[in-house]
This record gives sequence, C-alpha cells and structure tokens, in this order.
Amino acid sequence: MARTKTKKEESVEPGSDVVMDEVPTSHQPESRDDMSVDEDENDEVEVEDNDAEVEDDVQRVRLLPGSTPTAASFEFLNEGHTLGNALRYIIMKNPDVEFCAYAIPHPSEPKMNVRIQTFDSTTAVEALEKGLRDLQELCDVVTDQFVVAREKFMAK
Amino acid sequence: MPHKPPTKEELEERKIVGIKDETITHVSSSDFPGHYPGEDHSWDIESFRRGFSVEFHQNDPFEASFSLIGIDASIANAFRRIMIADIPTLAIETVFINNNTSVIQDEVLSHRLGLIPFKGGHEGLHNFLKWWRKPTDESEINNSYYDNNTVSLRLEIQCEHNEKAAAGETDPTKLYKHAHVYARDIEFCPVGRQDKYFSGADTIAPVNPDILIAKLRPGQEISLSMHMHKGVGSDHSKFSPVATASYRLMPVIKIERPILGRDAEKFMRCFPQGVIKLEKVTKKEAAKKGSGYEGHEGEDKAVVADPMRDTVSRECLRHEEFKGKVKLGRRRDHFIYLVESTGQWESDAIFLESVAHLKKRAQDLEKQVQNMVR
Repeated sequence: MARTKTKKEESVEPGSDVVMDEVPTSHQPESRDDMSVDEDENDEVEVEDNDAEVEDDVQRVRLLPGSTPTAASFEFLNEGHTLGNALRYIIMKNPDVEFCAYAIPHPSEPKMNVRIQTFDSTTAVEALEKGLRDLQELCDVVTDQFVVAREKFMAK
Repeated sequence: MPHKPPTKEELEERKIVGIKDETITHVSSSDFPGHYPGEDHSWDIESFRRGFSVEFHQNDPFEASFSLIGIDASIANAFRRIMIADIPTLAIETVFINNNTSVIQDEVLSHRLGLIPFKGGHEGLHNFLKWWRKPTDESEINNSYYDNNTVSLRLEIQCEHNEKAAAGETDPTKLYKHAHVYARDIEFCPVGRQDKYFSGADTIAPVNPDILIAKLRPGQEISLSMHMHKGVGSDHSKFSPVATASYRLMPVIKIERPILGRDAEKFMRCFPQGVIKLEKVTKKEAAKKGSGYEGHEGEDKAVVADPMRDTVSRECLRHEEFKGKVKLGRRRDHFIYLVESTGQWESDAIFLESVAHLKKRAQDLEKQVQNMVR
C-alpha cells in the first residue's frame, strides 16, 4: 500500500507524543493520481459491490502514519457513520480507552477514520479489536430479545 | 470522600432529555467510564442484557412498530441506517426497449419501472439469488447473466379500440383495450432453476398490482424486456427495502403539581388525544396535607395516560397557568421504531436483518484488523 509519509512515520519513536499536524486526515493511494476520472467512477461501483459481498482479500483497514501503540488512527475504506458512530460508542465504553473519535474526512471519499488513545494498560489495536467483538455480542443480545418479544406479542 | 452510589431516581433522571419551552437540555448520553467518579460504566454484556428490552406495538408485514429500551443512540441509529441503505432487495436495473410509441419517454418509463417494488419467494430472494456484478470487460456483459443473479421480466402491451364499447362512451378505459398500463401487466420469465424458487405463490410479481405505469391510445405500443438485480439502498433508493424506517424517543410528561378543574381540561387539550386523561380527586388524596389536593375532592385532575402518543409539541409550556406544574422530556435510551416495508421483506425481518448485518460487518472488520497487525 502506498504511503507518502513513510519517513515521518519512521521518525516517530514508540510511546512518544505525536505531532497532530503530521497526521494526515486521509491518504489517497499514489497510484490514483494517474487514473482518469472515468476509471475512478468505475472503481467506485465495484467497491460498492465488494462491500456487500463476501470479499475478504481486499484490506480495508490500515494504520495511519504517525501512530504509536497507545495512540493510533485507523482508516476504514467503505465505511461511514453507520459503523463509525457505533464503533466509537462501544470503544468509549472501554475503561482503558482515554479518547476515541471518528471522522469522515471528506464526504466524497469512501473513508472513515477512527482515532483511539488508550492508557498504558492496553493498546489502540487491542481496544479496536475489543470494540468490534463487543459490538458482535451486543447484536446477539438484541436479536435474542427481539425474537422473544416478537413471539410474546404474536402469541397475544 | 467515599463515593455514594446514585439513587434510583437519579439514574432515571440521567436518562431524560429535558425539553423547556425554547431550549433542550442533557442531550448527550453520559454512561461512559470516567464520567461519574466512582461509578463503573464500562461495557459489560451481562449488564447490557439486564438493562435492554424490546417491546412490540404493532407487527404487520407492511408496518412494524417496536421499542428498543436501554440502548445507545449510536447503535439504534446504526440499525436504522442499515435498514434504509444496506439491506439488499431485488429491483429492475436494466430496461431493454424494443418499441415504445407511447407519449411517455423511454428514460422516464424506465425510471418508473425501476421504482416498482416486487415480491417473490423468500428462499429464492434471500439465499438463491446472488449479486450481479458488471464485468470489467464490456464485451463480456452477455456472459454475466445467470439464473442466480438476474431475473427477467417482460412488458408487451398494445392499445386497441374496443368494438364492444357503448356508443358515446367517453371513458378511455372502456373505449379502448389497455388504455392504462399497470404493474400487473409485467410478466415474469423464469429461467433455469428460477422455476423451482419462484412458482405459484412465490412467483416474482409487483407488490402492488395497481401501480399505473403509462397511458396508451389506440395504435400505441410498449414492448420491452427488463433485468432485475440485487442491490442496496446506498446505490439507489429503489433498492431500499423500506418506505421509511425511523425512530423517535419516548416522550416523558411529569406533572409536578396538581392541575385541577378547568385547567385540567385545558391541559388535556394541549396534547394529542389519549395522552392525558381526567380523573376525580379521591377523598384520600384530598385528606393528605401538602398534596395540593386539599379541599378539591371530586374535582377533575389531569393524569398522564399514554405519553407514547405525545408529539412533544410543547403547547402546554406556552400557558401561564401550567408554569412550574409540568416537566416535559424524552427518554434518551427508549427508541420507538417505525419500520414500513415496501413488500419484499417482512418489516420485522428487515430489523433482524439489520442486526445481523451490523454483526457481520463487525466480524469482517475484526478479521481485517487482525490481518493488518499481522
């Protein structure tokens, strides 16, 4: 994957503070530059299909440059407010997380960024993984209770 | 200083969004770790299970209403957004026009056809049919249609004079045959295994057969074939399985001091019907000192009957006589959903699918994150 700020990323020592100016909000892959507009549009149509279908081979999450173990920004491709806000909530519920927020840097780019800063008891990646796991658990509970409530209502 | 655990009233109060005559208060949820010193608000599936409940109000195929209680807005909103934009349905995607001599233009006709909701066998729609993907090589397009990703439809109709029409008849539907083209005139052409999944009651057909597509006059003709594909609402709203999926927060009306007599009647009229009812002040209440009911035995008093029906118009806050007597609010964690299906899915199934969809998304991303670290 193309990373334009590789140099700066290397210069950040683990554990040190990150200069916010150096963290880009979003990265267009370099290879995009020589694409025509038409091709770009085609690309997007396909990407939408991928979104809906089982396509695990495309890497949709990446760590943005300037990240340290306890303070990291993640870029999600083809995600929006739907998952962004839900994920932000569930990660904020983690007591080891100091800060969590999400942003959509530009409305016409299909990208969603999540910023996670944790205390020393965990890492940002672990907090993200825990958030995604908790979200799945939550969905199971909602489904169970919904089905029970529906049965009760229909029996009446 | 040792921390005092919050009382039950305090916990209830935290869930209320205050609604004043011109402003609102306590909008954001505060159930995060570190928000209240000494209290643990970290995520715990068991305490979520205990605090969460679902209540059904209505469950019809075309309209379902239910409450999710004890859930955060971010999650509730995710379900709503998924129902609208991410649940796949089958809709007309391509129209091949052989002949169209009607007054309605090809592109307008095609657009109208695309918006017609269709129904069919659930097994076939949800499991058998897969996504159709446009091949990158345009010349390969005719090799991309299969029985499990494309449904063919046909519309062949000609308008003619009706010889049997009475003399002097002015109604075009009686004067001509097929003066109106309806959704029921669309014919499903099964191919391959589609016969197995879409026959009899499970056939692919418009949900509403009486949708008017075009009007014709003698000599005019529409002859076209169509391809249906699966799609999602984020691509085009014709693919959205819902006419609307929305939620509102449960209204809270708290009468803090008695509203009696003619005031009570006026108070009742500030709300939609059924929200406030009138009750007589009992002897016991009138005898109680400091209740505000002293000496009012037998008079009408306003009582909250069904706050769910309230629209929170704040009309009662405009009147001087109710100042300080009533508090309006909404419960931040009580979402009253209204899901109106377009007919391809059952309304309650759309919600369940949205929950499954969110779980799947989280599952996929968990793998992706593990992949990223590796």
